[in-house]
Amino acid sequence: MSAATATSARRGRRRRLDASLIVGIALVGVIIIGAILVASVGRNFFSAGNIRDILTGMSVLGFVAIGQTLVILCASLDLSVPYVVSLSSLIAADMMAGDPANIPVAVLAVLVVAALIGLANGLIVTKLKVNGFIATLGTGLIIKGYLDTNYKGTSGEVPWEFQLIGATGIGPVPVSTLIMLAVALAGAFFLARTRTGNHMFAVGGDEQVARLSGIRTARPVIVAHMLCSITAAFAGLLLASRLGVGSPTVGTQGGYDLLSIAAVVLGGTLLMGGRGSIWGTIGGVAIFAVVDNVMSVMQVNPFLKDVVRGIVIVAAVAVYTSRSLDRRRPRFGSGAAEPERPGDQDAAPPAVAHEKEASA
Amino acid sequence: MSAATTGQPTAGQRLAGFGRMLVSPRGAVFLLLIVLLVAIALLNPSFAEPSQFIRFVQRVAPVAIVAIGQYFVIVGGEFDLSMGSVVTAQVVIAGNLIGQDEAKSLPVLAFMLVFGAFIGLINGLIVTLLKVPSFIATLGMMLALLGATLYWTGGAATGNPADGFREIGRGGIRGLPVIEILPWSVVVLAVVLLVAIWFARRPFGRTIIALGDNPTTARYSGTRNWWVKTSTFIISSLSATVAGVLLVGYAGVHPSVGRGYEFTAITAVVLGGVVLGGGRGWVVAAAAGAFALEALFTLLNFAGVPSTYRDAVQGAIIIIAVAYAATTVRARRKGRALEAPTIPPTPSPEPAPQTSPAPAEEQDAAASARPAPIPSTQRADNETKGGS
Repeated sequence: MSAATATSARRGRRRRLDASLIVGIALVGVIIIGAILVASVGRNFFSAGNIRDILTGMSVLGFVAIGQTLVILCASLDLSVPYVVSLSSLIAADMMAGDPANIPVAVLAVLVVAALIGLANGLIVTKLKVNGFIATLGTGLIIKGYLDTNYKGTSGEVPWEFQLIGATGIGPVPVSTLIMLAVALAGAFFLARTRTGNHMFAVGGDEQVARLSGIRTARPVIVAHMLCSITAAFAGLLLASRLGVGSPTVGTQGGYDLLSIAAVVLGGTLLMGGRGSIWGTIGGVAIFAVVDNVMSVMQVNPFLKDVVRGIVIVAAVAVYTSRSLDRRRPRFGSGAAEPERPGDQDAAPPAVAHEKEASA
Repeated sequence: MSAATTGQPTAGQRLAGFGRMLVSPRGAVFLLLIVLLVAIALLNPSFAEPSQFIRFVQRVAPVAIVAIGQYFVIVGGEFDLSMGSVVTAQVVIAGNLIGQDEAKSLPVLAFMLVFGAFIGLINGLIVTLLKVPSFIATLGMMLALLGATLYWTGGAATGNPADGFREIGRGGIRGLPVIEILPWSVVVLAVVLLVAIWFARRPFGRTIIALGDNPTTARYSGTRNWWVKTSTFIISSLSATVAGVLLVGYAGVHPSVGRGYEFTAITAVVLGGVVLGGGRGWVVAAAAGAFALEALFTLLNFAGVPSTYRDAVQGAIIIIAVAYAATTVRARRKGRALEAPTIPPTPSPEPAPQTSPAPAEEQDAAASARPAPIPSTQRADNETKGGS
């Protein structure tokens, strides 16, 4: 088993590099086109202010998309993130109540609540066997009901010290983006170096095979959902620090559920799970940020922005899928893997399956 | 399964079969619907009057039609997130192009159908030829179409179609004895449902289910996968168009009409026991899912629950319903074994106790699952994979 995971991990790493590379090329292409377009209206794309705008635009969606990557790697989805974002911003702002002394408690409370929501998501997906799409749609609606009932508008007050996180920067790089990149680094390390991280690829790739290889298939999925909710809570904290208040609609207005999924897929992660990378996702988020920024600079009609966004999403993913099509083949169609499967299943599964059911 | 066994089922067996069907994930939605309707009738007795009930059906019609369209996409193994935007676009098209000129109604209606089919064709071709996951393809279409519609109208409510056109969603056949008025929406819903049932039974409809179950075997058995899949998207966009026509009359012209319909439709379809990922489900159950969802909202309304809690209750209900379907009966593993005795109520090998359907079900499933392993090892694997 260890040999198998080792080779698959090695192969996975090579592929991941390729996927990230394609996203990187796409990003460079978008930046070049964007720079030309921006230059055509007489502005400088690479000015410090503009770069700061782009990086600022990346940070919130980046947080959400990092968590979403983990969930999608496990072949699940998280549609509850926008409501977790809103809820986090409200809890943070309410608990801080303008007093800097409350910041640690408030942040801790937000993270605990988010982790509990993620735990609920993960348990519903793994133990109740509800499809991730439906489970998180359901928990999202439950949180939405809570928010609509208890909050009529913005609430709470964020102290100035906490607002600094969203406002300051080192040179042209905002602190919030640095934190986001640090989280991305931690996420990439988690996926590459920890056991649970490796198991996420296995479970997402094929739950049956993972189970037969002796992996507890539930745990990585639950962990992924918890981490996803926690990164969504980071996004909520960041938004609270930027707005100075908590808002019940800030998450849904950003459309973070669908946009984060789009960014993850744009970054080369398979929607069916099992393959992808955090850095690809960051690349996807950067592409969105650049496209948005170019449209803002060129003062495109806000409704047309959505049209462009939709076309960019589909076109980018289409380019990506058509390129990686050959690379995907061997995994499913190679002659070596196919004949082994039936015999393997006849012999092994009954005992293992029973054992698994007992333990799960 | 032969004619001899199905020919003479006793009343008890028939009842047991019916009970089994209600408890199985496939029939649970009907049980839920009946319970909800009875609860509403108890809270508000006037709801049970035929004229009130037909109004309820009229209100559900657009959602149910969208759910029927979504059913074909989901059972074929994909998603259509663009339906809500198609509804919005069609409503706005009807509002702006028809205007007060009744003579334009028919040409514009034809144009709307062509436009709907065109959107579905694009969705389908992006999914099949460009290999973009349907979630992303239809998400892009949703953003682009909604953006274009709002750009056209400037984001405001504009246009007001002629009254003759609005009658489709609003009016009906008046002066009937029991129900007073038979709304056109109900007629349209009935026609759509019948066509959908007929279509799902045709070879083409069965091919869609086969494709959703296992695309590889579907391809090997000679299916033109790309065309079948594309046609499901065309069907869903056309059903969104029909829902849009009804909503013009019922809800009026506004860019917010139709927003969120895609998720409502998916919820309804899943509530109807259709498995996300494809290959399993019944179109009538999908429509019943829409009715159950709307009945739930009506019930919450009558019970005086604040409207803000509607979403929370909806979320809880769909989780519970799907969890029930997934865990209680182990639908994925024994789906075939279970469904086979449900369609014709054949007597199970051991005489099942008729008073309690639930144990009868388990026993039955266990009994018919026993001969299964040898032919279906590969299949069991597929089922667990597809459903997760």
